Amino acid sequence: MSTNSPFPRRDFLVASGIVSGLLAAGGPLSLIAPGRAWALELKALTSSQGAALMSVARTIAPHDGLEDAAYALVVKAIDAAASADEHMRALVASGLARLGENFASQTEAARVQALKAVESSEFFRMARSKTLGNLYSSAIAYTHFGYQGEAFSKGGYFLRGFNELHWLPDVPLQDSGPDVGQTPR
Amino acid sequence: MTQIAHDDSNAVVIIGSGAGGGTLAHELTRRGIKVVLLEAGARQSIATFSQNPGEAFVQLTWLEPRTTSGSSTVPEDYPGLPSWTCKTLGGTTVHWTGACPRIRPWEVRARTTYGTVAGASLIDWPIEYTELERYYELAERRLIVTRRHGNPGLPASSHFKVMYNGAKRIGYRQVHTGYMAINTRPADERGFCIQQGFCVQGCKTGAKWSTLYTEIPRAEATGNLDLRIRSRAAQIEHGEDGRVNGVVYRDENGSEQRQRARLVCVACNSIETPRLLLLSESARFPHGLANSSDQVGRNYCRHTGGFVWGVFDKPIRFWRGATLAGIVEDETKHDPKRGFAGGYHLELAALDLPSLPLAGFPCTLWGRELGFLMDHYDRMAGMFINGEDLARATNRITLNPAVKDSFGFPVAHIHVDEHENDAAMRAHAQHQGRALYEAVGAIRTATSRQTPATHNMCTARMSKDPRDGVVDAHGRTHDVANLFISDGSALSTPGSANPTLTIVALALRQAEYIARQMSTRNL
Repeated sequence: MSTNSPFPRRDFLVASGIVSGLLAAGGPLSLIAPGRAWALELKALTSSQGAALMSVARTIAPHDGLEDAAYALVVKAIDAAASADEHMRALVASGLARLGENFASQTEAARVQALKAVESSEFFRMARSKTLGNLYSSAIAYTHFGYQGEAFSKGGYFLRGFNELHWLPDVPLQDSGPDVGQTPR
Repeated sequence: MTQIAHDDSNAVVIIGSGAGGGTLAHELTRRGIKVVLLEAGARQSIATFSQNPGEAFVQLTWLEPRTTSGSSTVPEDYPGLPSWTCKTLGGTTVHWTGACPRIRPWEVRARTTYGTVAGASLIDWPIEYTELERYYELAERRLIVTRRHGNPGLPASSHFKVMYNGAKRIGYRQVHTGYMAINTRPADERGFCIQQGFCVQGCKTGAKWSTLYTEIPRAEATGNLDLRIRSRAAQIEHGEDGRVNGVVYRDENGSEQRQRARLVCVACNSIETPRLLLLSESARFPHGLANSSDQVGRNYCRHTGGFVWGVFDKPIRFWRGATLAGIVEDETKHDPKRGFAGGYHLELAALDLPSLPLAGFPCTLWGRELGFLMDHYDRMAGMFINGEDLARATNRITLNPAVKDSFGFPVAHIHVDEHENDAAMRAHAQHQGRALYEAVGAIRTATSRQTPATHNMCTARMSKDPRDGVVDAHGRTHDVANLFISDGSALSTPGSANPTLTIVALALRQAEYIARQMSTRNL
């Protein structure tokens, strides 16, 4: 996992918009990040579009304890696509316009209702796909969900708990195989 | 490295290096036959496999566009990736999970066993099961399959304990850690399984069999193999006698090359294989090569599939351990009382965190339900349904002239209208899967719909009657005497078994046949 802040603080003046925030004090990321403040410069989207997309992402995949910084990575991916593709830029603009200016400040129930109304739209399919494709692949997400990622470099789980579950009976040998204690040869 | 001249008309050209092509290349070269092996992808190794799931996917996957249509849910859920196959040396044996069940005796007599099913195009295999069994045994010894021929099983992971206890509580009897081509101890110059859970990203210990680090380097060591990676076939050419005599391909620079051939074996996976035959149309073969029966690309099967997830209130950490090391065999039977023909396996299945929401849930899932499931990532158990889908003549691979690949050739279009038998089987399997998890205390269960096919089969199928298929019992095309199909396209029906073992068995058998025919100058 990276120990750097996921967002380089570069020259904000060249950016089209910006989304920013603070890492939760005492949260898992605050322990490894160099500072609490984070900012993401946007190349193609405006600040208000960025904020609205953050809210869309959180409504599609709500995790109460998960930092805004994780959702900002979804915005980053959409912004990157929009900066390379005119159609994407237009899709974001028209999709967010349909959700209305106050989308981000509405209650979750109202936001769900607004997204339900556009569920079959290209904008929603894009937003869902970008959210799911980017929210769960970051170091922030691995830490939050307790996922350990690759294990080859640590010798796998052969000797590190691949069969440590004890709230169910063990599997008899004829239906499993020799384990650590019985490793043949 | 052995080099075979491009104008050497004595070369055997194999297109594709996976379970079929890679095995065939080894079997022919060790018998002294000169082989040119064309592989569209690059060469990775256990040292270069990425252990970042997203990067590994890009490193190994066939990402040239494909289009899709039909009443199946796949076009809605996965419009950009209707099938998940590989473009890398070793083909799908790099990303497969190692599961090696056999197709069952009654399954190779699908037409006889299931009778006339409206809307299906079933046939019986042109091979006797006892014949197939001989090659299954050879293949299992080659791959060192667990629980066969005295090999021990893989040890049970925490994840499998959940499946096992649930299965036993709802009355299943045949439940174990599977028939897996995964070493439990170092053997055959491969490492052993350290239960790291990264099977589909490429196995870093080589515990899982792949042609990439077994058959292909052994073929190279014979001095009879000219391996050309990053070489994508574009057309198979024929002479005035109607026999194939060469393959046109694009090399790693995108330049057109032509390799002369004594015979050609196509093993590009069941989507690209029919595409290549269709792209090879000519004045003599106006509907595509070996397609006088109009069967090329038809009868496309991919197994009735989908995930069942169980959510628990205690940790499982299902990412730890061999991904698919667990199986329930009890539903692999033909029992029409269940409301459908054919049977299915339930197979243990975990997904890494980034892949679970993308591959494991339908596109209709979002909001708090999605949040709940993902919040329980460390307390989830999963299984994959692997059932026999019924061949339909209208489920087929065609060329889509509206969409071109990076070289300007029409891409493959996949059309699937699911048979009602498939839907009935999936509903039954999902019900059983949910019941299994509930029997051990699941607080919630969830299912996916059909997922991007990793098992693609039957699009150039073996048939006794040339009107019913594309190849004979040895994989030789009915139309062209020196053209062979050497991958899962040749399966007559899919059965309920993961296809790799069957593909290897048929490749071993085909290699014997080709070598014999060549030695007697019949080829």
